[in-house]
Amino acid sequence: MLNRIYDWIDDRIDITPIWRDIADHEVPEHVNPAYHFSAFVYCFGGLTFFITVIQVLSGMFLTMYYVPDIVNAWNSVYYLQNDVAAGMIVRGMHHWGASLVVVMMFLHTLRVFFTGAYKSPRELNWVVGVLLFCVMLGLAFTGYLLPWDMKALFATKVGLDIAESVPFIGEWIKTLLAGDATIIGAQTLTRFFAIHVFFLPAALFVLMGIHFILIRRQGIAGPL
Amino acid sequence: MCLSYKYVKKFVEFEGGKGMSSKVTRRQFLNYSLMGVGSFMAAGMILPMGRFALDPLFKDAAAGSDIQTSIKVSEITEEPTKVDFTYNQKDAWYESEVTEFAWVYKEGDKLIALSPVCKHLGCTVTWAGDDGNPDKFFCPCHNGLYTKDGNNVPGTPPRGPLDQYEVGEKDGFVTIGKKFENELVK
Repeated sequence: MLNRIYDWIDDRIDITPIWRDIADHEVPEHVNPAYHFSAFVYCFGGLTFFITVIQVLSGMFLTMYYVPDIVNAWNSVYYLQNDVAAGMIVRGMHHWGASLVVVMMFLHTLRVFFTGAYKSPRELNWVVGVLLFCVMLGLAFTGYLLPWDMKALFATKVGLDIAESVPFIGEWIKTLLAGDATIIGAQTLTRFFAIHVFFLPAALFVLMGIHFILIRRQGIAGPL
Repeated sequence: MCLSYKYVKKFVEFEGGKGMSSKVTRRQFLNYSLMGVGSFMAAGMILPMGRFALDPLFKDAAAGSDIQTSIKVSEITEEPTKVDFTYNQKDAWYESEVTEFAWVYKEGDKLIALSPVCKHLGCTVTWAGDDGNPDKFFCPCHNGLYTKDGNNVPGTPPRGPLDQYEVGEKDGFVTIGKKFENELVK
């Protein structure tokens, strides 16, 4: 049945080359855990992407209930976690995934570093990867404030103080991030929400696109 | 990720894959296994999120009890009167007092309460709101008309009669209960 639907569409618009170009490519022996089990370290990049997909999906669903407002934010999180079916699971996916994606990304970075895969001609992709790392940490930082509990508030106070310690422009950065020179409150929360769900994800998607296109153009780095 | 379709294909070719054509081939078996595991993982992600999103469909309606108003039964005449009633509404994480009203009048000794929500598109109807129809409910949005028992006047937009409220008396005051479909109009 599914095959026939696929064939019907394929006969008309020839979609096979499209997905083959995206998905059907050689996995070299030295990165394939079936040949050398130690090659599992080459999975960290894919795992980072997999968890990123979970983060995007669970985050989309969380915004169905979440409100970025200092009066209601905590209550809406409490409601979606305790009164909405599967709320604990969906919030849990986003919560644990957030930590896991940073861990996976870090392991991926280590793998690329120690296999020397960043070397010429792949320096540009290393740069893109570092930018991705920064964007992901930005997502982790801005997302941490959103539940608007005491832990989130004080973690953000610390984070903003760190931003303030930047020479010369520190105070501007802090005010821009917090939305106010002294208060961490209503405007901080809306700003962090906007950055967390619109600005950084947009940057993330663009950078991931470049990251993957470069891999396909340059191929996977050779064995050690 | 690492375990690609290509790998499965290679593996099968490497093993030869001949002499087992009558039954499920190794390649089919591996394909089905991969698809099964993949579906299981996808379901593990999609089901919780789907249930999460569909939750409003499965929420129980709040049970309403009779609400006391500040209007005395003795004040009610045969002319429909606006009777406000206030209740606590729990809207997810937001609780508030909501005030609605009913049109209440006496039919002999019997109290009758009608919902003011127009059955055309939900505007609010007023008793004698139209100067040309002093004995009818009037909806200003599209000139809908209802008779005193809530029956919609043919030729005007509403598609049915106004809903009724359960109405009672407690300590001499009017009480308003649940809303139900109009039973005065047959």
